[in-house]
Amino acid sequence: MIDLSTDYLGLKLKNPLVPSASPLSRNLDEARRLEDAGAAALVMYSLFEEELRAEETMLDRFLLDQSIGSAEAMGFMPSPQAYRSSLDQYLEQIHALKAALEIPVIASLNGVSLSGWVDLGAELQQAGADALELNVYYVAGDIEQTGDEVEQRYLDLLKALYAKVSLPIVMKLAPQFSSLPNFVRKVEEAGAQGVSLFNRFFQPDIYLEDLSIVDQLKLSTSADSLLAMRWLAILHGRTRLTLAATGGVHTADDALKMLMAGADVVHMASALLLHGPSYLTEVLKGIEAWMETREYESVSQLKGSLSQQHQKDPSVFARESYIRVLDSFSPPGSVWR
Amino acid sequence: MITVDGNEAAASVAYLCNEVIAIYPITPASSMGELADEWAAGGKPNLWGAIPAVIEMQSEAGAAGTVHGALQGGALSTTFTASQGLLLMIPNMYKIAGELTPTVFHIAARAIATHALSIFGDHSDVMAARSTGFAMLASNNPQEAQDLALIAQAASLRGRLPVLHFFDGFRTSHEVAKIAALDHETVRAMLDESLIAEHRSRSLSPEHPVLRGSSQNPDVFFQSRERANAYYNDFPSHVQAEMDRFAQLTGRQYRLFDYAGAADADRVIVIMGSGGDTVEETVSHLNTHGEKTGVIKVRLFRPLDTQALLKVLPQSVRSIAVLDRCKEAGADGEPLYKDVVTALAQAYGAGKLAAMPRVMGGRYGLASKEFTPGMVKAVFDAMMADMLKQQFTLGITDDLTHLSLPWDASFRTDANRKNSAAVFFGLGSDGTVSANKNTIKIIGESTPLYAQGYFVYDSKKAGAVTVSHLRFGPDPIRSAYLIGNDEAAFVACHQPFFLERYDMLDHAAEGGVFLLNTQSPPGKAWETLPRRMQQQIINKKLSFHVIDAYRVAEQAGMGRRINTVMQTCFFAISGVLPREQAIDAIKQAVEKTYGRKGRRLVELNFKAIDATLENLHQVQVPASTTSTWEKPPAVREGAPEFVRRFTAELIAGRGDAVPVSMMPADGTFPLGTAAWEKRNLALEIPVWESDICTQCGKCVYVCPHTAIRSRLFSAEATANAPATFKHVVTRSKEFSGAHISYQVAPEDCTGCGLCVEACPIHDKSNVSRKALNMSPQPPLREAERDNFAFFLSLPEYDREKVKHTTIPGSMLLDPLFEFSGACLGCGETPYIRLATQLFGDRMLVANATGCSSIYGGNLPTTPYTTNSEGRGPAWNNSLFEDNAEFGLGLRLAADQLMAYARDLVKALADEIGADLADQILNASQADEPEIRAQRNRVAALLGKLKSIKKPETRSLEAVAEYLIRRSVWIIGGDGWAYDIGYGGLDHVLAQPYDVNLLVLDTEVYSNTGGQTSKATPIGAVAKFSAGGKSARKKDLAKLAMDYEHVYVAHVAFGAKDVHTLRVFHEAESYPGPSLIIAYSPCIAHGVDLSNNLRQQDLAVKSGHWQLFRYDPREREAGNNPLRLDSPEPSIPFKEFASTETRFTMLARSHPEEAANFIKAAETAARLRYAEYKDLAGLPLPGGNKREVEHD
Repeated sequence: MIDLSTDYLGLKLKNPLVPSASPLSRNLDEARRLEDAGAAALVMYSLFEEELRAEETMLDRFLLDQSIGSAEAMGFMPSPQAYRSSLDQYLEQIHALKAALEIPVIASLNGVSLSGWVDLGAELQQAGADALELNVYYVAGDIEQTGDEVEQRYLDLLKALYAKVSLPIVMKLAPQFSSLPNFVRKVEEAGAQGVSLFNRFFQPDIYLEDLSIVDQLKLSTSADSLLAMRWLAILHGRTRLTLAATGGVHTADDALKMLMAGADVVHMASALLLHGPSYLTEVLKGIEAWMETREYESVSQLKGSLSQQHQKDPSVFARESYIRVLDSFSPPGSVWR
Repeated sequence: MITVDGNEAAASVAYLCNEVIAIYPITPASSMGELADEWAAGGKPNLWGAIPAVIEMQSEAGAAGTVHGALQGGALSTTFTASQGLLLMIPNMYKIAGELTPTVFHIAARAIATHALSIFGDHSDVMAARSTGFAMLASNNPQEAQDLALIAQAASLRGRLPVLHFFDGFRTSHEVAKIAALDHETVRAMLDESLIAEHRSRSLSPEHPVLRGSSQNPDVFFQSRERANAYYNDFPSHVQAEMDRFAQLTGRQYRLFDYAGAADADRVIVIMGSGGDTVEETVSHLNTHGEKTGVIKVRLFRPLDTQALLKVLPQSVRSIAVLDRCKEAGADGEPLYKDVVTALAQAYGAGKLAAMPRVMGGRYGLASKEFTPGMVKAVFDAMMADMLKQQFTLGITDDLTHLSLPWDASFRTDANRKNSAAVFFGLGSDGTVSANKNTIKIIGESTPLYAQGYFVYDSKKAGAVTVSHLRFGPDPIRSAYLIGNDEAAFVACHQPFFLERYDMLDHAAEGGVFLLNTQSPPGKAWETLPRRMQQQIINKKLSFHVIDAYRVAEQAGMGRRINTVMQTCFFAISGVLPREQAIDAIKQAVEKTYGRKGRRLVELNFKAIDATLENLHQVQVPASTTSTWEKPPAVREGAPEFVRRFTAELIAGRGDAVPVSMMPADGTFPLGTAAWEKRNLALEIPVWESDICTQCGKCVYVCPHTAIRSRLFSAEATANAPATFKHVVTRSKEFSGAHISYQVAPEDCTGCGLCVEACPIHDKSNVSRKALNMSPQPPLREAERDNFAFFLSLPEYDREKVKHTTIPGSMLLDPLFEFSGACLGCGETPYIRLATQLFGDRMLVANATGCSSIYGGNLPTTPYTTNSEGRGPAWNNSLFEDNAEFGLGLRLAADQLMAYARDLVKALADEIGADLADQILNASQADEPEIRAQRNRVAALLGKLKSIKKPETRSLEAVAEYLIRRSVWIIGGDGWAYDIGYGGLDHVLAQPYDVNLLVLDTEVYSNTGGQTSKATPIGAVAKFSAGGKSARKKDLAKLAMDYEHVYVAHVAFGAKDVHTLRVFHEAESYPGPSLIIAYSPCIAHGVDLSNNLRQQDLAVKSGHWQLFRYDPREREAGNNPLRLDSPEPSIPFKEFASTETRFTMLARSHPEEAANFIKAAETAARLRYAEYKDLAGLPLPGGNKREVEHD
């Protein structure tokens, strides 16, 4: 029997497959199906700072104060008696998921401002979350802002959250850091228990019909996973933080690569949305089958086995490999250039 | 003690005591139904632990029918209504009373529409119902509205008569007051379960069946009517008994007729309703000052117990004045007066009265006209005259029939002087009213003081102004009138621009406070005041305080929301409560408002409250005035005489002083008055970039306030143009050399930004720069005002040369609907404006009551206007329910008189000349040039008639204008078309007549505040559908298409502008009935209307709204008459729904239902599209001539 268990954020997980933030966690049945399919933990859909703000604006503008100054109408909507905010619904959902599932539930906070919204972490903790994922979805587009300041923003948010909760915190990072390993060390110092690589940004697109900008989130593909793999490989063994691979894991092969690069858990979302919760079983079986064939005993044995520090040639994850890749696009010598 | 308004006070009892509640929205009773619906949706039980069934009907007639049925079914049932709604209930009320059925209808009494509609309070409606057989019980204030609601219920069960429980609309229904609440035990103790059981036992049941509601012949009907006499004879004693029981339970004693005043009074006023409190207050004042006066407050008006009335009348009385809050035109006295006279005469005749007192009768308070102690005193004074004045009027100046009594407006009662009064001027949207309601609650709940709040609104929707009148005092406040001049210890101006509009300090009492929200620093604030205000501050020794509330709010992260800031200032300055306690209370109120769901908003508010005091400054008042400016006149120079003399007075807020003689006798007013009411609402206005503009006309097309125009003219015409007037050579080849201008009306623009949104042109190198861009208004105001005036001085381009079928062309046509008071970004008005551009000079408009009749015809001004020839839409609003029929009548008159005129032309053909007669008779008048040609012919005809001396000539002169084709437009909202007016609309559609019905479909009752209609889509939250509407939207178009001879179209100008334009042309040209159902985004959708166009686009893209045309002429041409003009839904319904609060809020209150509804709506949208596609694709027998088209 292969030991698939892994440690993540101080939680003992039965295997390394953890569905990441997706709409599947909004529905208890889907969440149960994920658990049944073998999920080791569940990251909930994100509680978005902007969504909460927009909701407050909407509440204020259309529901709580409906002053329009008409003698005939004191308002234009029924009063929102039974209204529960999306925050309250989120807290209820944590509660419900905890009641319905055996596996750990990781709440996810997504936001960017320093205006105190991370204080909500305390409520998530109180509602029963086992850990928190802090997703700082920050597009550093300010020309006056230095790289240090960008990093500091992440760290300030993390510290603010850390001050409010005793739960383990994992920080989900964007790939654009000048020195990721150094920054990860700072994250570690600031109190996190893990990092999750990487955030996928919504990609704005230009709609040529009316020259408007449209935001779209496309589901990932396996190719997207390689970005994280390199950095997992570089980080493994160089930080005490537990590592999560996220973005583009669609198959057992993808997952195995991540683990061998150094991930403690592997997140999946797009593949589960595409194929349904039960697909997780297939991936899990695929991992097991591969390990069995290769006679691996445990995931711990596998973890980081191909990380940079275990490479004979550490440059495979570094710049030198760039040359090789370029070479691979060189036409064969037989072709006239 | 609780702090509620009269409607809530009455509704809370009605809800507890009933099982079936049938409702329909009507001002000022709507909130009773809304509260009942909200309570039911929130699961609040009635007295017996059940949640009453609350159902909105299609009209008040429907509500009354439902109540009648529920009562016959054995349930306890009620309804709430007013005015026209009560009129619609009358037939059923006779039935309910005739069958001796216990029920209570709660009425917020309101004027009935006569020469004009009025939403305000008087007794016209209840008096119209006085012969129904209902008992009638009047409450005078919110406390009584609650108490008598219960007494009525108890008495009705006891005596089996239904009761009309009424109180004054607005004055009582909307007055917020601190009252003693009723607990459940009291309510329970008042309702005798055995009587309820008897009511049930009398109900229709197959277990013990009876026949009721038979049809009777001359032999017995009369006797049957007399058979119920005993119930009427006994009823007053039942009511008194219940009043006595109520007094034992609560200590509050009521009587059928409550007398207050001197036991030996020589003069007594008899009155009913809120005015009774004002009279009582005045009586007690006069009596302490040596007079002997009294008042009889009539509570039970029907059945009238004359014994009880005479019993309370002091023997000493020598003169009686009876005041009626209604007018019975043509009668020699109003109902209450005549009843009192009759009672006295009968008593005197029977020897029960030693002497007949002198009685005078008069009218007061029509449509919420103020009724003050000064007027009461005038009546008491008039009672001392040798000859009593009959049918006198109060509160107006009647310089024609001289019936009015003069009064002293400065007269104050002692009771009134004991109270502190405060007046607040705010914008409808800035939260002033809600903050003041909170303030009353805070004072009511945190102090032993009594509090009263009354709120006055203007009749605009965009930029509406509110004046809050608040009183606080040690005793219950019975002053049922506004805070007058020199009375307010506190006057607050929440918007700096009011300084140039209102004489706010007229209200200020000597030694009072003036609080101003201003962006000027404290050192400069004095300079911003007009001279008269400065003088008033000095003369009245006011202390002057300022705050930049916008900055405080902004810095706290609350945007432009200043209500809590201003509220904090009030408490800080007024000292009604200790500061700390006040601030705590404000914070608690904030927490209560926002609660858990808005906890960050709570923090922001706290931040603003905490920052308020340090930003509040008292300004040192100089010894003399320094200001060099005065408040400008209400209308600018150059206005027509009527506008200067009449309209300007109303705009300036001096309408109360307009004498009777100045009023048109029949409610007829000139058009074009809105153009004189410059409201300067916009913070930003559009600026035209003529270099990149392609002159597409879309900005003009979408503007809800007709505040941006385009015009074509010759280059020479601009010789005297102001320097900043922009114009360029038109890009259109047909008008080579002509110039074009797109000009904004800077003082009429509301700044909604839709024109910029609609502008398709971007600077090629900078997408953010469009051909229109918003820019701050103040620096542009003067130059653009001159430019707009110059623009208007240019003549309209030759209409025959302009293409009416293109957007750029049609937008060159002069609009005859401009500057309405509709909401910012209104989705309805562009449709009306478009119709006037295309057909305005020949339009007759029948307008159903609703938003479109309010922004279309609410004084002081109307947006309908005339063209340079003086022609334009002739407009009338008949009722809510009869608009289609009313419009049909206009059509029939036009057709009938045209036929008559044609006969006369034929008869006079020889004299007129055969050529002209033939041309007139054979004119097709299918389009505008032909109509113009006909006009010229008619002018020629009239010229000729002058010299023809035959008897028919005069007749033809009178009807010759009917020879010109008229375009009849029947306009209204979905409440009219889908619900209350559907029967009539359906019937009119079934006729062959040429009428154009324009349904402005906002999918809710917009004007009364967003109640559900049958146009409300499935899953949308609206009032009366707090849990989401469960039935899908009625497909009015499909029902109309079923007739096969009706032109039917669905349009949404923001989704496909040219489609809307085409539909308007097709509908107008179709010689039978045409129905245009126009998608109209509304603030009640819970989306900011700066997104109006986007919402229309999303509605169409998601399949929520299809675009199509059904043209019966196509069938005649051998084609399928239906064309689907919008493509297959391209986005999920959910994507559209996620942008509007009416859909999203359900996901927060009822997530599962919301998900199901979204699915159902998605399916409905797809299905509907598929159905239409199928229908449009059906081959006609014999095949289609035209290829089946899809967009």
